Amino acid sequence: MEMSLARYLARRAALTVFVVFGVTLITFALTHVVPADPVVAYLGDHAPPELVEKVRHQIGLDRPLPVQYLLYLRDLLRGDLGISIMDNRPVSHDLGQYLPATVELATSAMVVAILIGVPTGIVSALYKDSWPDQAARVFALGGTSLPVFYVALLLLGVLYSRFGVLPGPGQLSIYTPPPPHLTGMVAVDALVAGDWAALGDALRHLVLPAFVLGYFSTGLVTRMTRSSLLEVMRQDYVRTARAKGMGERRVVLRHALRNALLPTVTVIGLTFGDLLSGSVLTETIFSWPGIGRYATNSVTNVDVPAVLGVTLVAAVIYSVFNLVTDVVYAYLDPQIRYT
Amino acid sequence: MIVALFALVALLAPWIALQSPLTQDLAHRLTGPSPAHPFGLDSLGRDVFSRVVYGARISVVSGVLVVATASAFGITAGTVAGWVGGWWDEALMRLTDMFLAFPSLILAMAISAILRPSLTNALLAIAVTSWPTYARLIRAQVLSLRSRDYIDAARAQGATDIVIIVRHLIPNALAPLLVQATLNIGGIILTSAGLSFIGFGAQPPTPEWGLMVSEGRTFLMDQWWVATFPALAILLLVLGFNLLGDGVRDVLDPRLRKMG
Repeated sequence: MEMSLARYLARRAALTVFVVFGVTLITFALTHVVPADPVVAYLGDHAPPELVEKVRHQIGLDRPLPVQYLLYLRDLLRGDLGISIMDNRPVSHDLGQYLPATVELATSAMVVAILIGVPTGIVSALYKDSWPDQAARVFALGGTSLPVFYVALLLLGVLYSRFGVLPGPGQLSIYTPPPPHLTGMVAVDALVAGDWAALGDALRHLVLPAFVLGYFSTGLVTRMTRSSLLEVMRQDYVRTARAKGMGERRVVLRHALRNALLPTVTVIGLTFGDLLSGSVLTETIFSWPGIGRYATNSVTNVDVPAVLGVTLVAAVIYSVFNLVTDVVYAYLDPQIRYT
Repeated sequence: MIVALFALVALLAPWIALQSPLTQDLAHRLTGPSPAHPFGLDSLGRDVFSRVVYGARISVVSGVLVVATASAFGITAGTVAGWVGGWWDEALMRLTDMFLAFPSLILAMAISAILRPSLTNALLAIAVTSWPTYARLIRAQVLSLRSRDYIDAARAQGATDIVIIVRHLIPNALAPLLVQATLNIGGIILTSAGLSFIGFGAQPPTPEWGLMVSEGRTFLMDQWWVATFPALAILLLVLGFNLLGDGVRDVLDPRLRKMG
């Protein structure tokens, strides 16, 4: 049994490496379907042909494609994602600066999804087909059907502009001095520094975007918790527990829920890709300084190296996340094995 | 029901709309809902109702078009992988792994940055990220169906591979794909509206719902109708497809229906 788990993990890890390799192939291919000549675009239309040729040679654009790809891979392995056209800085440097804010937001969104989704799913399963279940169903459907960008604008308009209950866009208010930079995640930095005022301000700024971003996943988590709990409740050991005279609450919380949460873990892991996509819209609306907003800005400025950098990093993060999800799942449930 | 209603609206847009979605009336810009203009006028004095009605065409057609393209591609790849097997199977499945690694909106943004932002490119990008799911579904179906008796029977009667695949295999493998496709359309409409919202999909003055929400965002709190009606249209259409998907699944998979 141990052996097969190890083999499964090895195979799964190898697959991830392969996929990441394939992802670089796709981003590389994308750079080569650009209709305009990047060198001409960079130097301007009136650049002398000799200069264009020289720059082409410098960048390596005159070499055969496979050689160019290998050079691209070599740069990637060194952590070199090219130079951003927007701000003339290395793309990897930009991403390092913007990534923590996205991690902070996505993690908070997941916490929202779990804190709301799991209890709602449990209530939904316990009161199957009665009104709490119906209400939860409508709530979950809203998560997958509402246009997130409109919800964000509306909440921002009502809670910030109209009533001032919650702070506006950004990570901190302008009059709050930022905590010393450590992780780049403002709330975490404030916590470490023991700066309670900044922590409170950061958390209040986090509430709306985290809820908006997490709502989509909340719906999925709710539905998954509900259906797997219902499935588990019909199994023999639950019936045995009941037959022993155990209270219903105890049966559900002690016995059924543990096993029912397994598929929920997978759903949470798999919605991470949606969180990354969703963060583009959420961050753009809330002026959240993460990679989603960076991506929007780079596309607006036709900054191809930056766009491809974001795409590549997002794909790699997503693949690694899938790997972790699968590993956790395999660890928790010895019956499931990849074939 | 909802989907049928929207399909009807999309089909009959020219007769339902009160005026052209592009006609401007700058003198009355941003006037609220009235009997003449039930959804009010936007910042250029265009009738929001007519724009929402025409927008139904764009959204319904986009959703269906993307799903059709992605599933055609997915069916082909999945059938080849499941039927031929071996090296082809391995290669095609690893290809799906690669494409599944991209969050769809982000790859769509990359594609629209490299080509230029347009609705067609946005839809193309979404299709590129959707086909692997269909390919995997069909492959799994083909693998489980290929050793069935009726396939053997067809072969014994001298049917060629192509005939078996087209006449017997694919029709029987379609059920889960249909469920997946219906459930997907909602998400696809949301993604393409989102892309248009941030400016990388449909371009002005197209009456696209996501773009309309974006155009109305600055006066959301005062001239709420400009952004709210297109947003409601998105919500209803997506909700319709999600409910339809649930329904289709219940009909095609009675086991799930019992589970509740």
